[in-house]
Amino acid sequence: MQIYLPIAEVSVNAFLLLGLGGMVGILSGMFGVGGGFLMTPLLFFIGIPPAVAVATEANQIVASSFSGVLAHLKRKTVDIKMGVVLQIGGLIGAALGIQLFNYLKSIGQVDLLVKLAYVVFLGVVGGLMFIESLRAFLKSRGSTAAPARRRHFWVHNLPFKMKFRTSGLYISVIPPILVGVLVGVLAAIMGVGGGFIMVPAMIYLLGMPTKVVVGTSLFQIILTTAFTTMMHATTNYTVDVALAVLLLVGGVIGAQVGTRIGVKMKAEQLRVLLSLLVLAVCLKLGLDLLLEPSELYSIGAEGH
Amino acid sequence: MARLLAFLAAAWLTLTPVAAQAETIVAGLSQNRVSITATFVGSEILIFGAIKRDAPTPDEMLGITVVIEGPSHPITVRRKEKRLGIWVNTDSVDVNYAPSFYAIATSGPFDQLITPEIDEVRRISIPSSISVLQTEGGPDAADFAEAVIRIRSKNGLYRMQEGAVNIAQDTLFDTRIELPANLTEGVYSARIYLTRDGEVVATHTAHIDVQKVGLERWIYNLAHEQAFLYGLMSLFIAVAAGWGASAAFRLILRS
Repeated sequence: MQIYLPIAEVSVNAFLLLGLGGMVGILSGMFGVGGGFLMTPLLFFIGIPPAVAVATEANQIVASSFSGVLAHLKRKTVDIKMGVVLQIGGLIGAALGIQLFNYLKSIGQVDLLVKLAYVVFLGVVGGLMFIESLRAFLKSRGSTAAPARRRHFWVHNLPFKMKFRTSGLYISVIPPILVGVLVGVLAAIMGVGGGFIMVPAMIYLLGMPTKVVVGTSLFQIILTTAFTTMMHATTNYTVDVALAVLLLVGGVIGAQVGTRIGVKMKAEQLRVLLSLLVLAVCLKLGLDLLLEPSELYSIGAEGH
Repeated sequence: MARLLAFLAAAWLTLTPVAAQAETIVAGLSQNRVSITATFVGSEILIFGAIKRDAPTPDEMLGITVVIEGPSHPITVRRKEKRLGIWVNTDSVDVNYAPSFYAIATSGPFDQLITPEIDEVRRISIPSSISVLQTEGGPDAADFAEAVIRIRSKNGLYRMQEGAVNIAQDTLFDTRIELPANLTEGVYSARIYLTRDGEVVATHTAHIDVQKVGLERWIYNLAHEQAFLYGLMSLFIAVAAGWGASAAFRLILRS
């Protein structure tokens, strides 16, 4: 069934969009990533203009994260206090990121920088996670070892200490705020929720328990992407509500399925899978930059 | 069909010659309004007409060329080059006139119907309809213009249908031009050229309004005129649908 999208101004198959939404939704629920880093390139691939894809994706992430958070709240695997602290940083970061994005746009080359940012961040995060989680995975198979003692970094001893009961942490609020800012900047530049950065940052930098990481990350993503959606809607007019609704109907159902799969799996297994996924996307984007494109020319609106 | 013929006859009678031309075109379109709805998958326009003569039929080779042209928006074309091992956009050229849609249908091989000199003046062929700003010492504009044609032809936006115009008894003609689903809104022009031995002897122009209607129109207008409200509405719909689908899924699982 073909449907004409009012803002994207293209006609696409509605079932294709539902399917894409569902697939990415499952990943979103399983790993606590918004799925934007997969969905945005997929939307480019089916012919949605990049500006519309990025803005609409932000809107869709709000919805799929919302449904994911509901599932996590029921199981009490959301550290709301930590989430709020991260969100404060996230909003500061998103505001900074949009300024930076507009600056890059004005000097051209924004596509290249976005792609390079993807390759670098996905490569580093995916690689680190893969090595670490594979080690943990192999260890856990060898013996049912006692849960590793949470590491305590010097960053945790900064001032403004706060108690995060759900996570069982008593640390300074400065590291979570900085993580939030970094994720906010990346979210605005790369058009993603930023979960793929935040999940490892929460595990390795803040030392949060893996079971609350996914829910808390989804919780933080909601506000950051809602803010990004509003910015895109009011400055670029590129949010396509029809496209978003189709993606999210598939997405919310997928997220529910994904959350249930995630609960049944071991944390180490989840991390190995997520890191492989991140590395695969990184490789694909890297090859796009390295291999000669079949069409060297591209058409853009004037001044972009 | 009867209505079509009646229309043709009426047009024939009312449009008595104004110019001293030996031949004139009388023509009509199957629709002069294309509505883009949620289920729009493209459209087809039938262009038909007749050649009206005051004098006996000339001997020179008769040709009909039909052009449908969409609105033009200025674009920038960029070219990638390998720099430090990766492919980067380097040179760019501003194209100040490139129609968003351009379809040509002819009654025979294009270069036999219209001479290159006439084409240059009238800008009928696809390459001559595009105008690139050539800057001093800048990259070769011709390559960039070719790229526009190549990319848009691939997307079905530029097309040349030689021999697609049927001519009956040297007088009546008709052709069909398909409009793809990825149309840009705006006023499209339909032009018909009557040629004799490569020279244009008569032309006819009509307009087609391509517009979004209904829900598509409403969403588009809201997004542009009430952007803040539209953003809030998008978020509300997203959150409501997220919550609704989640609740529905739980109900299904429970039952």
